Amino acid sequence: MKFLCIECDNVMDFAERQLPGDGTLTAVFHCGSCGRDVAMLTNPMETQLVSSMGVKIGGREVPAQPLEMVRTSLEGGREEAFDISGDIPRRQTEEEAGEAAPRLGTVVWSLEAKHRLEKVPSFVRGMVKRIYIDWAKENGVAEMTPAVMDRARTDLGLEDM
Amino acid sequence: MRKIRSYREVTHDTGSELLEQVVEQQERLAARLSKVGAVVAVASGKGGVGKSAVTANLAVALAGRGLSIGAADADLNGPSLGRMLGVSGSRLADRAEGVEPAIGPSGVRVMSMELLQQDDDAPLRWREPSTGGFIWQSALETGALREFLGDVAWGELDVLLVDVPPGTDKIARLLELVPGLDQMILVTNPSETARFVVSKSVRMAREAGVPTIALVANMTEYVCPSCGHASQLFQGDGARRLAEESGVPLWADIPFDPRLGASTDLGTSLITEDPNAASSRALLALADRVASALEGEAS
Repeated sequence: MKFLCIECDNVMDFAERQLPGDGTLTAVFHCGSCGRDVAMLTNPMETQLVSSMGVKIGGREVPAQPLEMVRTSLEGGREEAFDISGDIPRRQTEEEAGEAAPRLGTVVWSLEAKHRLEKVPSFVRGMVKRIYIDWAKENGVAEMTPAVMDRARTDLGLEDM
Repeated sequence: MRKIRSYREVTHDTGSELLEQVVEQQERLAARLSKVGAVVAVASGKGGVGKSAVTANLAVALAGRGLSIGAADADLNGPSLGRMLGVSGSRLADRAEGVEPAIGPSGVRVMSMELLQQDDDAPLRWREPSTGGFIWQSALETGALREFLGDVAWGELDVLLVDVPPGTDKIARLLELVPGLDQMILVTNPSETARFVVSKSVRMAREAGVPTIALVANMTEYVCPSCGHASQLFQGDGARRLAEESGVPLWADIPFDPRLGASTDLGTSLITEDPNAASSRALLALADRVASALEGEAS
């Protein structure tokens, strides 16, 4: 799929993707020659055609997660399918912090962030958690809070997750 | 009419990265399977011939030889391998490097759609627009199978068995994902109808260049446990005829034994419960043939 600016005879570059949340998709392409932007709007069926292939227009912000397509597309996923217990480091109390320093590179979770993560269906929770942690590490964030989660969601374009 | 450059005339990369992502998917799958000694498909084309029971028992028999075995249930709409290999209800460890498969009592590593669905009686459904599901169902199912093969942390395996659902299109789907398939075992029964259908699968496997293709005749006869009299379940000799006409070797002749089905229903295996039963002996001999052929291919 390519967009050609006919006037400039220039191939337009992918610029931005938006997911309004109603199954439709907006992909913006930009002509580097004349500066014109064109938005490709797809209906839910067209959007599904692309996502059925497990790909995203404009590329991925985060690496593909194991069984990502199945987990995000399967209706009626089993709540207990994945074992993700015991791997969410929580924020230490002052007392605990005095006893042992957190491991370098470990992202700790505030109680509020942990509660918010627990609201994510367990079928996709492990995957979502990894995405947040990877983002935090990449951005030098040591503690996961709801505000950090919001930033990551916006930054990664995870409105659909 | 003004001249507008066609798609192929435009070589500039637009940044949509669709092709790159598809290539990346293929590379991930290839990397995962590079740790697998051999991928063996158990298929037929025909339904109801006992592919899954053969797959499950073959997996147990190969594991019993000390081999490291994985079993992927490619039957997404009618998964049964998890149940037959005793992993129903297992939880899958969710790791960044891949989802750990369930491990059955015989040590076989298993992945099946059954392990991912909440309700036992739930048909496979995808979150999708309410109309036009038939358009992308195949793409979604191919994607799911790709993830079963490529996103499951199978580890170092000697053999990964793939239980392929009925329909030659499902064989084609697997061949597209795993072009380097090592063996295809085609399960049939003595009926003429099965011969007719399975012959199409033979041709498909041949045309795809699968190096080893073999037939398994299942449910060939029923031996009365009381008097030992053998009677035919199907009229005809379709499996043998298919072997002769196609030149594909017949590796096993498995008699019907109700205990075989009863044991797989319970997630156990007749070959461990009664290795001297005629069907157990046939399945163990099949495992020998599979292993010998793989050793031959490797040497």
